[in-house]
Amino acid sequence: MKTKNKSIDYSKWGYIFILPFFISFFIFSFIPLADTIRYSFFEYYRSGIKEIGPNFVGMANYKNLLASDMLKYAGNTLILWVIGFIPQIVIALMLAAWFVDARLKIRGQQFFKVVIYLPNLIMASAFAMLFFTLFSTNGPVNGMLMSIGITKEPIDFTGTVFGTRSLVGLMNFLMWFGNTTIMLMAAIMGISADIFEASEIDGCNSIQRFFKITLPLIRPILAYTLITSIIGGLQMFDVPQILTNGQGSPDRTSTTLIMFLNNHLKSRNYGMAGALSVYLFIVSGILCFFVYRMTNNEDPDGSKAAAKKAKKAQRRG
Amino acid sequence: MKSKKTDGLRSAIAHVVLVILSFMCLFFFYILIVNATHSHADLQKGFSALPGNYLLKNLMNVANDGTFPMFRGILNSLIVSGLSAAICTYFSSLTAYGIYAYDFKLKKVAFTFIMAILVMPTQVTAMGFLRLITNMGMYDSLLPLIIPSIASPSVFYFMYSYLQSSLPMSLVEAARIDGCGEFKIFNRVVLPIMKPAIAVQAIFSFVGSWNNYFVPALVIQSKDKMTVPILIATLRGADYMNFDMGKIYMMITVAIVPIIIVYLLLSKYIIAGITLGGVKE
Amino acid sequence: MKKKYISVLLMAALAAGTLSGCGSTPGSSGNSGGTSGTNSGSSGGGSTEEGKVINIYSWNTEFSERLQAVYPEVKETSSDGTVTTLNDGTEIHWIINPNQDGVYQQKLDEALLNQASAADDDKVDIFLSETDYVNKYTDADAGAAIPLEELGINPDTDLADQYEFTKVTASDVNGVQRGSTWQCCPGLLVYRRDIAKDVFGTDDPEKVGEKVKDWDIMEKTAEELKAKGYYTFSSYADTFRLFSNSISEPWVKSGETTIKVDQKIMDWIDMSKKWLDLGYLDKTVKGQFNSDWNQAMGSKSKVFAFLFPAWGIDFNLKDNWDGKDGAWAVTNPPQEYNWGGSYVHACTGTDNPEHVKDIILAVTANKDNLLKISKEYLDFTNTKSGMQEAAEDDKSYASDFLGGQNTFKYFTPVAENITIAPLSSYDQGCVELIQNAFSDYFQGQIDFDKAKSNFETAIIERYPELTEVQWAQ
Repeated sequence: MKTKNKSIDYSKWGYIFILPFFISFFIFSFIPLADTIRYSFFEYYRSGIKEIGPNFVGMANYKNLLASDMLKYAGNTLILWVIGFIPQIVIALMLAAWFVDARLKIRGQQFFKVVIYLPNLIMASAFAMLFFTLFSTNGPVNGMLMSIGITKEPIDFTGTVFGTRSLVGLMNFLMWFGNTTIMLMAAIMGISADIFEASEIDGCNSIQRFFKITLPLIRPILAYTLITSIIGGLQMFDVPQILTNGQGSPDRTSTTLIMFLNNHLKSRNYGMAGALSVYLFIVSGILCFFVYRMTNNEDPDGSKAAAKKAKKAQRRG
Repeated sequence: MKSKKTDGLRSAIAHVVLVILSFMCLFFFYILIVNATHSHADLQKGFSALPGNYLLKNLMNVANDGTFPMFRGILNSLIVSGLSAAICTYFSSLTAYGIYAYDFKLKKVAFTFIMAILVMPTQVTAMGFLRLITNMGMYDSLLPLIIPSIASPSVFYFMYSYLQSSLPMSLVEAARIDGCGEFKIFNRVVLPIMKPAIAVQAIFSFVGSWNNYFVPALVIQSKDKMTVPILIATLRGADYMNFDMGKIYMMITVAIVPIIIVYLLLSKYIIAGITLGGVKE
Repeated sequence: MKKKYISVLLMAALAAGTLSGCGSTPGSSGNSGGTSGTNSGSSGGGSTEEGKVINIYSWNTEFSERLQAVYPEVKETSSDGTVTTLNDGTEIHWIINPNQDGVYQQKLDEALLNQASAADDDKVDIFLSETDYVNKYTDADAGAAIPLEELGINPDTDLADQYEFTKVTASDVNGVQRGSTWQCCPGLLVYRRDIAKDVFGTDDPEKVGEKVKDWDIMEKTAEELKAKGYYTFSSYADTFRLFSNSISEPWVKSGETTIKVDQKIMDWIDMSKKWLDLGYLDKTVKGQFNSDWNQAMGSKSKVFAFLFPAWGIDFNLKDNWDGKDGAWAVTNPPQEYNWGGSYVHACTGTDNPEHVKDIILAVTANKDNLLKISKEYLDFTNTKSGMQEAAEDDKSYASDFLGGQNTFKYFTPVAENITIAPLSSYDQGCVELIQNAFSDYFQGQIDFDKAKSNFETAIIERYPELTEVQWAQ
């Protein structure tokens, strides 16, 4: 009798604990979102300082967007994200594994950890501005390359598709690999030391240990990294915006979806911006659904299952 | 023997890679700081790797410019970022714990819902957000920059993942048997276990809030409430009347120094926290 | 339990919808209220009782500095420059937002939309605009700027000494003047004396002027410069204003939704491509106001000349030049042009019409004040007779930077010959986007047709109400 009462009590606590989150969400995100969705069905923009609309136009905004270059910008966003993310996750995993590996005896660990996270502290906009100056045709990087003799003519980094995209990728990589490393490290250090010790006794080498134990055990955090990075990638704006001065040059090949959205917001086109936002919302939802499924395909508690497996394996062995 | 040898080799490779990456990271800070010590005329002549003697002059220019109240801006940013980081980590932990530890009917729904909104780009709701806070009378105030961080889906998800791997329910039950109330359990038992995760997320959200330009630019109107990124944009936007690259570099330097200090202070705590907080089953 | 929860959700959603619905109504009614507010503001009881705060919207401190320098009523300005107190106790509040990314216009537009409902001390009283978007605010339908006559300023008598083109620029389609400026921005050609000596054997402004007097001769000169390893101008953007200033029809005619790209713009595109390919322009400089462009003004650069109005010489060239004074000289440009200019408008709904009138007259129509501005800030000011005097007065107006030249002697004839291009509210976007779109074409990244279609995409993104683009030829 007593225990039954208690369990009812507990479920009440669940609601109480999650209440602040939902109240805040409904006020500051849901109402604005409803507003955005509502206006996506309207013709509603500013012409000079006159407001046009809102006039209901049904799906016209959605259709217009499909007919525009939206898919091209989606492609740009994907490419820019991938060239930043792949080196980022690979290097971060490598570094995290090195840092927690006592046998490597990494000197100045504290120093390295602090340093690699530093770029994340600079405002993306300031960072992009710095890059813009450094890599300009008459900038210091070209100056150095020419004085070393690598190239005779200055390289026009931001003038080519390859150059611009590489710079954006490099910046995203530099800004985020430290962040990811710290996060993965926190996850790896959370793994019980017993498991590593046991695996060592079993004769696992460091590579086996990494792929058989570390990776499966930090899967929730990996999923988290992937998801936040995808969201970050979808939202990519400051870096290409400032590097290309908002033009997405050359030939709009570095225009991301949010830069496209920003163009509409700049003209106060609530209707089109709303419709584009809804597309973005749907796309990111689908992407994350897949990632979530992919990383949790066995059970929602992937980590625990993996831990159990590892323990079983070690007991057997 | 053999493994020792390979360890030595791997250690060497690791050190080389780390040194290269650190160089890449520090290089940009170095250039930034070196540039902040040059006058605009010096910068025009092209890049120089050596520091100039214009540091104080640039700093004075930044400090004395009334149209760009830099130090007021730093204070505002500290208030906003500090409070955001605090309430964001606290409430996200609370929410994560609520969903992790309790069984209730809407648990699955709530979780799925948060996962769904996790992907919502901020920019999507910007226009509606602006109208809303204007109607609520919070336009040109710091509050709308702080309060909405109570609902941070991505921090929630991190906390939830961390709880999954680090909080055995047995601990909670033990506390219940000791007669602790639910809030007390959360504050006294769960929060300390979550310290490392909180530290990591506190840094991330502090930095995110410190560097946020998009929302403050929409909301803040008056000079004395501006945060650092808006001020920097203002300075850069001051067009041909007022461009002085030395001053701009100095301003960026001034803007990132506080955050670096905060980071250096917290980073020690984080590393310590991770090693201490590892929950053994 | 579940049902209850869902109904709560629905309620919230409904509330959200109605809330936001309510939100839109005051906004739109505020707009129409703003227009009708004109009459009540100027003819009603408002004029007897002046407000205590004058709010001035601007994007930099230019106007604030000039007002403090010449307006006799100024008592003091706070140390941070945000509040200026007048002798009668009225306070001027300077509300400064950056031009960058259109922030200034966004904030101003927001304030204008809320003008009718704002408290008296929060109302915009004066705002500034630039030539590129002055039309957006002087538009008769928009009704943001009060006609000067309603304020008690007669443009024909009070502003008789102003240059005609500045008055046309600040007028709406019906010819009603709704703004006034203290500055004119006629442009000149500024060249490096050492390069002129090296290539032409002389650095005399008259003789160099002959070499650059029209585009045909200019092209031959460019070839000469090229043979000696010099660039004529730095970037294709440098010559743009000369062409865009001489278009025969506005980009968009009032009431139409078609953009007409003028033949002159097509000429600029052809010339820029040709000149860049021939090496008359520096390929590494893309656009203006960036570090490459700044460096092209330095002593190591191979660029012969820039096309600048007074502000360009004093703020860009002077700051970027790292050599001695006297290295540069001005002469006539290949074509008369105007670049820039800040217009001062009285804002509809102001509660300080008397002060506003007084300020506009003092800063933009008082010859003594304007000459003072010319002396202190080197602006080419909006007084025909004053500028003629300055052109004669070599002693007071000699520029050390230009080796003792009196620039007013060169600016004055240009200013008198400027016929301002027909304006439209879309100029800012058109001017900016056409340069961006064709930049890739000049650099050889895309072909001509692709550049055209990129411009079409970009301009309709910026101005959703426009429907098509017509290209000349």
